[in-house]
Amino acid sequence: MSLFNLRLSDIHNRLHHKDLSVAELVEASLARIGETDGDIGAFLTLDEAGARAQAKALDDAAGAERGLLFGLPAGIKDNIVTEGLRTTCASQFLSNYDPIYDATVVQKLKSAQSVTIGKLNMDEFAMGGSNENSSFQVTRNPWDKERVPGGSSGGSAASVAAGQVYFSLGSDTGGSIRQPAAYCGIVGLKPTYGLVSRFGLVAFASSLDQIGPLTKNVEDAAYVLQAIAGHDPRDTTSANVSIPDYASALTGDVKGLKIGVPKEYLGEGIDPQVKARVLEALKVFESIGAVWEEISMPHTDYAIATYYLLASSEASSNLARFDGVRYGVRADNPDNLLDLYKRSRSEGFGPEVKRRIMLGTYALSSGYYDAYYKKAQQVRTLIKRDFDQAFEKYDLIIGPTAPTTAFRIGAQVGDPLTMYLNDICTIPVSLAGVPAISVPCGLADGLPVGLQIIGKPFDESTVLRAAHAYEGQTEHHKLRPALT
Amino acid sequence: MSVVSKYETVVGLEVHVELHTKSKIFCGCATSFGAPPNTNTCPVCLGHPGVLPVLNRQAVEYAMKAAMAINCDIAEWCKFDRKNYFYPDSPKAYQISQYDQPIGSNGWIDIEVNGETKRIGITRLHLEEDAGKLTHIDGGYGSLADFNRVGTPLVEIVSEPDIRSPEEAKAYLEKLKAIMQYCDVSDVKMEEGSLRCDANVSIRPYGQEAFGTRTELKNMNSFRGVQRGLEYEVMRQADVLDGGGRVVQETRRWDESQGKTFSMRSKEEAHDYRYFPDPDLVRIHIDEEWKTRVRASIPELPDARQARYATAYGLPSYDAGVITSSIKLADFFEESLKYTNDAKASANWIMGDLLGYLNANNLELEQVKITGQGLGEMIQLIEKGTISNKIAKTVFKAMLESGKLPQQIVEEQGLVQISDEGAILAIVDAVIAANPQSVEDFRGGKDKAIGFLVGQIMKETKGKANPGLVNKLLMDRLKA
Repeated sequence: MSLFNLRLSDIHNRLHHKDLSVAELVEASLARIGETDGDIGAFLTLDEAGARAQAKALDDAAGAERGLLFGLPAGIKDNIVTEGLRTTCASQFLSNYDPIYDATVVQKLKSAQSVTIGKLNMDEFAMGGSNENSSFQVTRNPWDKERVPGGSSGGSAASVAAGQVYFSLGSDTGGSIRQPAAYCGIVGLKPTYGLVSRFGLVAFASSLDQIGPLTKNVEDAAYVLQAIAGHDPRDTTSANVSIPDYASALTGDVKGLKIGVPKEYLGEGIDPQVKARVLEALKVFESIGAVWEEISMPHTDYAIATYYLLASSEASSNLARFDGVRYGVRADNPDNLLDLYKRSRSEGFGPEVKRRIMLGTYALSSGYYDAYYKKAQQVRTLIKRDFDQAFEKYDLIIGPTAPTTAFRIGAQVGDPLTMYLNDICTIPVSLAGVPAISVPCGLADGLPVGLQIIGKPFDESTVLRAAHAYEGQTEHHKLRPALT
Repeated sequence: MSVVSKYETVVGLEVHVELHTKSKIFCGCATSFGAPPNTNTCPVCLGHPGVLPVLNRQAVEYAMKAAMAINCDIAEWCKFDRKNYFYPDSPKAYQISQYDQPIGSNGWIDIEVNGETKRIGITRLHLEEDAGKLTHIDGGYGSLADFNRVGTPLVEIVSEPDIRSPEEAKAYLEKLKAIMQYCDVSDVKMEEGSLRCDANVSIRPYGQEAFGTRTELKNMNSFRGVQRGLEYEVMRQADVLDGGGRVVQETRRWDESQGKTFSMRSKEEAHDYRYFPDPDLVRIHIDEEWKTRVRASIPELPDARQARYATAYGLPSYDAGVITSSIKLADFFEESLKYTNDAKASANWIMGDLLGYLNANNLELEQVKITGQGLGEMIQLIEKGTISNKIAKTVFKAMLESGKLPQQIVEEQGLVQISDEGAILAIVDAVIAANPQSVEDFRGGKDKAIGFLVGQIMKETKGKANPGLVNKLLMDRLKA
């Protein structure tokens, strides 16, 4: 689908010169979804009527000042609430839930005048790395339909990779934007914690969750980030920082940039081909004037345990509101209140969500709190210190996004610990709250590999600049899966 | 029931006070009492997926003010925690509260019982959100949930176990209510639920240092209920001990209509609330400048006013205590003193006729129309002899109902006292002439007969005759 290989600026040029209408863009998107989504399964809810109405409104308002993302078809992960448009978090529990308000990022997309095409599949309540935990459907990797697209923002990544939408929004708690972006050969950015409002993002782990863009190239990621970033008075954890012009940071110049490469990110468990692609990428950086050296992030080994304690603790509380009383699915004919709670939650949640609720409930329980939750908070501080210390010397930290390429559907089901290890390179970044982008850095056995570029807090500009400079030296981001 | 006196009562109170901010603690919804169910709600207080709390600054300032007024230390840093529990009155299935860093700690208030002042320690004051209200439909058919109250800011004030009797508990509660009212942070109406009280109760033999096993008492919905509930529970525990049993640590519910407490849940069934810091809210920093500003907004508190009334107006401590128990009453009293110098007379009218009328009709001061000016001017009219004390009672009642000033009432109803000797003498003579038997009785030594004659004269003058003059002139005539 050629339209989706165009750059944002080209599309805007053509819209401006009336070579193209928003309606045509939206029809192209819907047609592409019609052709491909039977196989890919990225969308949980399609809003064709709504998308066409938005397109008409934008075309009719010709002449008025145009938003940053004017006319671009977009998909939204199904844990970001959209007023009146079904939002399920890919959970049976919310299979009937139509939100009564818009998330701040959804309002911001409306202001930027993109067109929401529909809601994208994910692991239930964002818990998982393969989309296999969706209550409703499997999403397949456009590069190999026997493989997972990654997760939890698997639908968001697959949809962009398959050319169904121009960009999508995902959410990242421990790698949920970056890892699927890597698996699907696209760009995925997790902003600094606090840069993008969480208001309207159904909380999984409040101290880690961040919304971010998934796009085909770095420049687009900069534009989408520009549209959604900024302080929100409805989210007190959103930072009151001034937002720079990200696109103007894309100078192509990385001369003298200092890069640290943690040996822990290229050690045991990392696929040799993935490691090879990362080292090749570092050579590219060298060739354009950046310097890198190996560093150590000594607390990396503790990151996964720390993450699963903290994220699950917060989740056990965040997901308690799903009780069958006010919204969502309620068990039939409960005997009493306790029965209503037990059966609604037993029937409504899938096994991975239950596993994490139980883990988190246990970690917060009286008598265990100090040994688990409190200890994990202390270790989180140490992990964050690893990053602080590295950033005293280096502008960026680079490594792989995930240890392997996309695995086969079903290969890791029933082995949650192996599944959890997929996040070894992304979780420390989430715990530190710093920004990171995954950009395509080539293929391994025909499957995309992601390069992770990690920056200082609120220094998305440098992250984007480096990613963009790298992208300009390579053709990886132009590779497309051969979808039939 | 056994004799309690061999045991000492030990009580600690947990009091919840609703702060009367305009909007809720974590969203912009109104907090007004009595709105139709579920009208003061939004996605945030309904706990919809994806919402986040935003702290109401006014609620923090009210909590600071309340904490300062009960002599607490104010934390420089405090935070909010989640208290996790499932119940349909809690839309998020957790309450945002403060666990280990309360806004205020280490305070005290003084109470007065049987003329003696006693200091009750206050462990802590913390800020939290209120839950919704459930109405259970008869027959177990279902329950109705009203979320208007969800997110109303509350402070919970926890006392030390310093209270030694149900009377002290009541006095503590009344003093706390008065302080909150003076600070203007709450409506403190127990019947509307803006003041609620739970109690921890235990008993121990006099002289024993260790506390006995305590029970937690809930559902005491009035000041009297608190006193009665504690009285019952203390006796129940004494009966258990006297019968050779052990008091079980548990939560018990006071049943007002049966006058008894009933077990709700045992210690083993107690919730594990799994408190942890709420990741959706940032920590609060309270600097000296903020503290100074809030402290400056605290008005003169009840104890200070009570002392001032004693020294400045010479009021007995008891009178000053009654009048300062409510800021509205105290303000009313002070208003009256702009129009009269007789503070004791004003206090007597307030404690007698005014409170009598309010209590008998179950009214609050703001529900009657009388003003402090009206009372002060009425006392002046009595001093000047324009009206008698007896007529004043009629005037006072008219002021309660109409709010008019006494001069106007006196004129409209023709209540001016007759102090004209000639006019009264004529009536005295007429009454003596009409009642020869009574006159004879009096002269025969029956002193009571004079009361009848005075009554007849007052009746003839519609009560307006100056009573002193009537007595004098009647005696003159009878003894003549």
